[in-house]
Amino acid sequence: MIWGPMSKQTSGGIYGWVEGLGQVAILAREAFGSLCSRKLSWDDLMYQIYFIGWKSQSVVLVTGAFTGMVLAAQTYFQFHKVKMDTATLAVVSVSMCSELGPVLTALMVAGRVGAAIAAELGTMRVTEQIDALRTLATHPVDYLVVPRLLALHIALPLLTVEAIFVGILAGYGVGTRLLGIDGVYLYANMVKYTGGTDVLMGLIKALIFGGIIAMVGCYKGLNCGEGAEGVGRATTEAVVYSSITILICNFFLTLSLTRLMNSL
Amino acid sequence: MIEVRELKKSFGPNPILNGVNFTIQDGESVVIIGRSGGGKSVLLKHLVGLLQPDSGQVLIDGENIVGMNERELLRVRGRFGMLFQGAALFDSMTVAENIAFGLRRYGQLSSGEIEKRVSEVLRRVELPGTESKKPSELSGGMRKRVGLARSIVYNPEIVLYDEPTTGLDPVVSDSIDQLILRVRNEMKVTSVVVTHDMRSARRLGQRILMLHKQRIYATGTAEEIFSSTDPVIRNFVEGVSDPKEQK
Repeated sequence: MIWGPMSKQTSGGIYGWVEGLGQVAILAREAFGSLCSRKLSWDDLMYQIYFIGWKSQSVVLVTGAFTGMVLAAQTYFQFHKVKMDTATLAVVSVSMCSELGPVLTALMVAGRVGAAIAAELGTMRVTEQIDALRTLATHPVDYLVVPRLLALHIALPLLTVEAIFVGILAGYGVGTRLLGIDGVYLYANMVKYTGGTDVLMGLIKALIFGGIIAMVGCYKGLNCGEGAEGVGRATTEAVVYSSITILICNFFLTLSLTRLMNSL
Repeated sequence: MIEVRELKKSFGPNPILNGVNFTIQDGESVVIIGRSGGGKSVLLKHLVGLLQPDSGQVLIDGENIVGMNERELLRVRGRFGMLFQGAALFDSMTVAENIAFGLRRYGQLSSGEIEKRVSEVLRRVELPGTESKKPSELSGGMRKRVGLARSIVYNPEIVLYDEPTTGLDPVVSDSIDQLILRVRNEMKVTSVVVTHDMRSARRLGQRILMLHKQRIYATGTAEEIFSSTDPVIRNFVEGVSDPKEQK
């Protein structure tokens, strides 16, 4: 069903945006339908987890560590004025778990993986490799979209946990080594003020952001224009649209998940 | 049997096909000729459901594939093999993985049987021992041969060729033509070849269809087409851009 409309150029402006959103939704429905009803290739899934998860670690670790460090320093500079130095790591922890960890990890992965997905699928489209798949009685959603979607759903929460852990550890290091705060109080306040709901919220967000990166990257790649210019544009748009969508969704997820968790 | 009835297709405001009709019998070898950008490849892609027309019908053994969704079309496509203009090999895979792709995903064969089938089909296209090469290591002619091997390895009933000799030198073009003839004769497949290479058209076509101004302008045997006195056909067959320049 998606292959008819997707082969056409979408109209511009707000109508084009709504049309594109609708096509991403159709692609997502097709992918989840395929995920539930068809046999998955474990080799393809493991390769995608390796590419998306394992190979993104250095980027995520550096991002997590320096975010935790700068957050610890800034929080300390403000809290020191009101003699609340030992609450520094609690702020770092809550921020990393519920907001910065999932959002920054998702943005870094969108830049690295979302772009790669769009470029790979876009190149396959312009060189007729996707048509070749279809003539070999293989649905592109089953073969190309589903393993990437599932791999991002698995890998992004794991990467987020890694970024949160490294960020808090780096913040602790800055607090105790550079700023001279007592490590015992830092740790005790962090445990006291960081709830399981903060961690859970971060993981739920990461799960959703993984789906956004996969769907936008795959949609832009499968739907890219002709030639090198088309692939280039699809790659750029995949990063820009998935990043914007992540930031907008994050706001609404924070509101809705906080209310949901408070009501439980 | 393939039947195309009143097929119409436009891209934006530009009509590409405007009421195309023809029939191809089982086992027949048909060549579709016409000018570049005239809609030959678009027509070929309609036969296997890669494109959906604006209106009209494409019947494969009486079953209309127009309007079928992608999953229904997968069943129909199992009867087709297709050689693309640029071969469209999966560049992340080796030659053997490319050829075995369809067999591995849906076949009931063991790994040993698949390897044997891959070696057999590579011998048939005269590329033995290239199993572990990547597409980037192959020349244009070799890529076409691997593309052909991939499209015939699961014994399809109908093979579609999209400009099989475009971009190849005359010697390699000749070898690809010989290969297509051998596949047709040995496997008894229905062949549909799109080309503007007149030497290939004469050699491969039991029947030739000429696409001109969005319709089938002429149809006939190779002899009838090449001996035609119709000015449009003559100009195309002889490669004349403007008849006035001949005088």
